[in-house]
Amino acid sequence: MSVWGRTAVVGAYEHPTRFAPDKTAFQLHAESARGALEDAGLAKEDVDGFFTSGVGPIGVLSLAGHLNLRPSYVDSQAIGGSSFVSHCLHAAAAIAAGLCNVALVTYGSTAASERFAIGTGTGGFVLEPPDNFEAPFGPTIVGSYALVAQRHMHEHGTTSEQLAEIAVTMRRHASLNPQAKYRDPITVEDVLASRIISSPLHLLDCCVISDGGGALVLTSVERARDLRKRPVVILGAAEALRHAEIGTRDLLDIAARQSGPLALARAGVTHADVDLAMIYDSYTITVLATLEALGFCAPGEGGSFCAGGRIGLGGALPVNPDGGGLSSNHPGMRGIFLVIEATRQLRGEGGPRQVKDAKLALVHGTGGMLGQRHSGVTMILGRA
Amino acid sequence: MAESKPYKKPLPRVDEESRGYWEALARHQLYFQRCRDCGTKRFYPRALCPRCLSSSTEWVRASGRGAVYSFTVTHQNQAPGFREELPYVLAIVELDEGVRIMTNVVGCAPDAIRIGMRVEVVFDDVTAEITLPKFRPAA
Repeated sequence: MSVWGRTAVVGAYEHPTRFAPDKTAFQLHAESARGALEDAGLAKEDVDGFFTSGVGPIGVLSLAGHLNLRPSYVDSQAIGGSSFVSHCLHAAAAIAAGLCNVALVTYGSTAASERFAIGTGTGGFVLEPPDNFEAPFGPTIVGSYALVAQRHMHEHGTTSEQLAEIAVTMRRHASLNPQAKYRDPITVEDVLASRIISSPLHLLDCCVISDGGGALVLTSVERARDLRKRPVVILGAAEALRHAEIGTRDLLDIAARQSGPLALARAGVTHADVDLAMIYDSYTITVLATLEALGFCAPGEGGSFCAGGRIGLGGALPVNPDGGGLSSNHPGMRGIFLVIEATRQLRGEGGPRQVKDAKLALVHGTGGMLGQRHSGVTMILGRA
Repeated sequence: MAESKPYKKPLPRVDEESRGYWEALARHQLYFQRCRDCGTKRFYPRALCPRCLSSSTEWVRASGRGAVYSFTVTHQNQAPGFREELPYVLAIVELDEGVRIMTNVVGCAPDAIRIGMRVEVVFDDVTAEITLPKFRPAA
């Protein structure tokens, strides 16, 4: 029996905070869990599947204790910021298989108030074998994505102006989101005039650093019918990894190239059916490379695809109506917010940033370092 | 007597899978591996062939010449050792033998670096035990 179409997102909550020096990360997990359960109309006692990431190596144990959960199905996926999209895939499989009934996914981080320089302060520590051959040379996270951007420019003539247009679009969307960290409009010139962090990426090509939290509740479509909100159904999903392989990897071969077609096929839909896309936007290049690898345009055409308003609200493929990581929030791992905003949009809760008549959303999370090793998880969500 | 500056950047951990690589670098020689069974060249060094899982491995000495495959001029990195050397160039160099390695391009203005630029290895003895392979524009 297929996994797809049998599990729904029934609760979604994005913590409104962007800066919470008075809270702990576990508190943000807990407040988000409370919000998502209220949204679903379910109680903590209903939860028998628990999913989280971004905690310590066995942090899921501590967090389950903090929330006093006694799940019979547990998943602490660790593939970077996409982990929370992966959680939904795994929850769908577990619920369809009868391994759990109500899955709770939580996230919380105080990266901003702890002044954690996510993109530019982690340039190298040696944990595992490949780090020995990279960390001594100082790859920052932004640097890893910049290697991909530079290569894309070289092979396809992509320009800094085209990348900048993505940041400008996300900021325009954020202006419609009262919770977004940055809401004042910016121009392509502003992006190009901002300082270079790691060439060719400027400050405004990079996501913000915020605190934040979020949570999701998932259950079977049967049970979902009796709950508070209109269910959002998981129609298909797939995950993929890319790494240095044997030392000959093509930097433009992004994980989305594998996960995208598989997720669309599993959902039985095509690119033309997608009403909006939630694309992990750690950096502008992430959006361009992902849309291209997902097959929304031909290889090399990502730059022109993202231009001319196509990915803006009112365009052919609105991307990240909430303003994304580039303007709304990025506490270090943004995957959960992609699913939360897709859920709000498919419920019609988008307010001034609602994508008109949104029936089908594509979510793609990227985790890790695009130019070294990264994960990609694609998920198709539909209105019940 | 001049005091030697303490080296603050991360150092590689020499382990049993990579010892030969680091020992060769200390002698100012750059090596990569090739599987004796399937012939696949590989980088970084490891005990089993990531293509066929054979343990039969030979070391191949690299010419030390190659071309810049991609690069980024790093202007911001708060990590000790790097923050004192901004801007620096992080690059992936494709050796003429076909394997790609992460490195730094040194010995030229960061603005002068281009993808495809010919480079050659230089050996940077960063500690008594560790030598890092970096690259400079080819003579």
